[in-house]
Amino acid sequence: MAGKRRIRPISPRLRIEILTKEDIMKIHEASLEVMRDVGVRFPSRKALEILGDAGAVVDPSTMVAKLPPDLVTKALASAPPSYTLAARNPEDNIILDGTSCWLSTDGCGIETYDLETGAKRLSTKKDIQDSARLADYLDDIAFYWGPMVSAQDIPAEVRPLHELQAAFLGTSKHVQPETIITEKMAEYCVELAAIIVGGKENLQSRPVFSVMQCSADPLGEDAGSIEASLVAAKYGIPTGFMPMPMSCGTAPATLAGNLVVTTVDSLAPIVLLQIAYPGCPVFFAAAPTVIDLHTGGYTGGSPEDYLLGGAFNQICDFYNIPLSMGAMATGAKLPDWQAGVDNSLSTLMPVLTCTDMLTGAGMLNGSKILSFPEIIMDCEIFSIVRKVAEGIRVDSETLAVDVIKKVGVGGNFLAEKHTRKFLREIWRPTVFDRTPYSVWEESGGKGALDKAVEMARSILAKHQPLPIDPVTMKEMDRVVRAAERELLGR
Amino acid sequence: MDRGDLLTAMKQCVLDGDVEEAARLAELSLRQGVPPIDSVEKGYVQGINEVGRLFEAGDLFLPELVASADAMKAALEVLKPWMEKAETGRKVIGRIVIGTVKGDIHDIGKSIVASILVANGFDVLDLGVDVSPAAFVEKASEFGADLVGLSALLTTTMPVQREVIKALREAGLRDRVKVLVGGAPVTGRWASEIGADGYAEDAIRAVSVVRGVLGLP
Repeated sequence: MAGKRRIRPISPRLRIEILTKEDIMKIHEASLEVMRDVGVRFPSRKALEILGDAGAVVDPSTMVAKLPPDLVTKALASAPPSYTLAARNPEDNIILDGTSCWLSTDGCGIETYDLETGAKRLSTKKDIQDSARLADYLDDIAFYWGPMVSAQDIPAEVRPLHELQAAFLGTSKHVQPETIITEKMAEYCVELAAIIVGGKENLQSRPVFSVMQCSADPLGEDAGSIEASLVAAKYGIPTGFMPMPMSCGTAPATLAGNLVVTTVDSLAPIVLLQIAYPGCPVFFAAAPTVIDLHTGGYTGGSPEDYLLGGAFNQICDFYNIPLSMGAMATGAKLPDWQAGVDNSLSTLMPVLTCTDMLTGAGMLNGSKILSFPEIIMDCEIFSIVRKVAEGIRVDSETLAVDVIKKVGVGGNFLAEKHTRKFLREIWRPTVFDRTPYSVWEESGGKGALDKAVEMARSILAKHQPLPIDPVTMKEMDRVVRAAERELLGR
Repeated sequence: MDRGDLLTAMKQCVLDGDVEEAARLAELSLRQGVPPIDSVEKGYVQGINEVGRLFEAGDLFLPELVASADAMKAALEVLKPWMEKAETGRKVIGRIVIGTVKGDIHDIGKSIVASILVANGFDVLDLGVDVSPAAFVEKASEFGADLVGLSALLTTTMPVQREVIKALREAGLRDRVKVLVGGAPVTGRWASEIGADGYAEDAIRAVSVVRGVLGLP
């Protein structure tokens, strides 16, 4: 692998606009109004102190900070529009500069469809390392987000640290955990990553992990997440907050209203981080959706999601800060028709508005069940969307008038030099089934899913990521042991 | 407004999910000397029953059901202090304490379950989020709970559900208080592993599970 640029983003030429400039301004102004008049709950004394000192109106009893528009605007101005997410292998670094969409894995699941038996079971630390290895192999996956599932065979107190370690072991690509939700755990994770880059002071120039946090919609943040994010920001580790407002539940029923809540909940913590550490790398994140009208549950895929996904990216472009958009979060229980429809459309829309990070591939049942073949099939969707988003280039060479004249009436283009030059631009499937019927029948009716299962098995049987040297490994283990001593008392 | 119109209006305000109107009509009924039990049984409950029917038929949706439950609750809050002991024989089919466990701030799922239970005639005390095992025990005892509902949305807070069950046992309450668990990462297997009496994957299912656990028809 070394020496070859192996991660493939999408650099879309095709663009759509879901919102007009006037729409974006209206949502921006509504968000400022809500932050000024209602405020956002930051249940952390540390955060409230920072905000209060900067001019926010803080109510210590409710822990709500009202953010004046000037404060918000000024804070956002110091956020960098572009930066690098570094990787353990520098060849896997990715640059968030608004020109490319980078796909990650999905994450935060609790169960796994076992790759050998197919049975659903509780997720383990090994699932993290295995899914990271698969992600490491696949060109379409730019970084490992999550972890994909919770390491439920590890005590809860030290679980996030084990998860980060397993991810680092499984892939040399960038890692973006979403489970570091206490100040203490953030310090340990910084220590773990510092070993890889040769010291904490190097994390700023080489952040081998970034941090995503959840917002507590509507108009709130979680105490531990806020304090963990302040630790990350201190070391220059990119940080973002992901609201998932659900229309009718934690957001208004209307999509415009949902976008206001999404904007406030993603933006308010960025304001805090910019006040605390001006210029620290931050990103927007979001997975806005609607409730299931009958059960009130999370849906993981609906036409509203596709619209919200594209629209929120336009809003983030207005603020000129990178965005991570939730996509491919299908509610389907199996890698089936529903999963294909959901994940195609939820990928297409944010890609056509050029979101920076797409999160991500490989989960079912509304991001609750890890499926190894689904990772591969979602990559196939990403590659289809890539081809579509690249659009059609029209120039003298692609118009091909010379070769049309040469072949003339009734000929064919098979052996033409022009064909050989451009045929590799035509999309080719990895798991899509295009076999002749008889071949398909003789194979026992195997389709895309069977092919993906075989591929996943074969990759995991062979592929090893760039190894971590034994000295570094030992140092990483030492940090994990220290955390266990402190947090588990053993 | 004559009594018949008033009762019809009570039914309607529950159907409309109109909280203010529900409370206003309850106050009006007290001034007009309508026995509170009549207002409840012949007015508001008629509305909530109709809402239940329409929801089952797919003509109403969860947000509407929750609004109706809120209207019902608002009316009961006005009427309760005026109801004689004998009258509180209003069909309270079960007393339930519900909350999200310590360390977890996820609110909406638990709140939906609470509303749906209210709409189905249960008396529900919602303790909110980040509730300690000790608080569950104390409130379950005070409220005379038949059942405690424990919500957890994180794999890291699920173990607290087990702690609450243990705390109920240690306080000597476990024999008369059933336990229901819920939340995205919770499964039926987890429920039996920690010795809970029931588990439901969503709010609507929770009602039938609660009925089953409490031995109600």
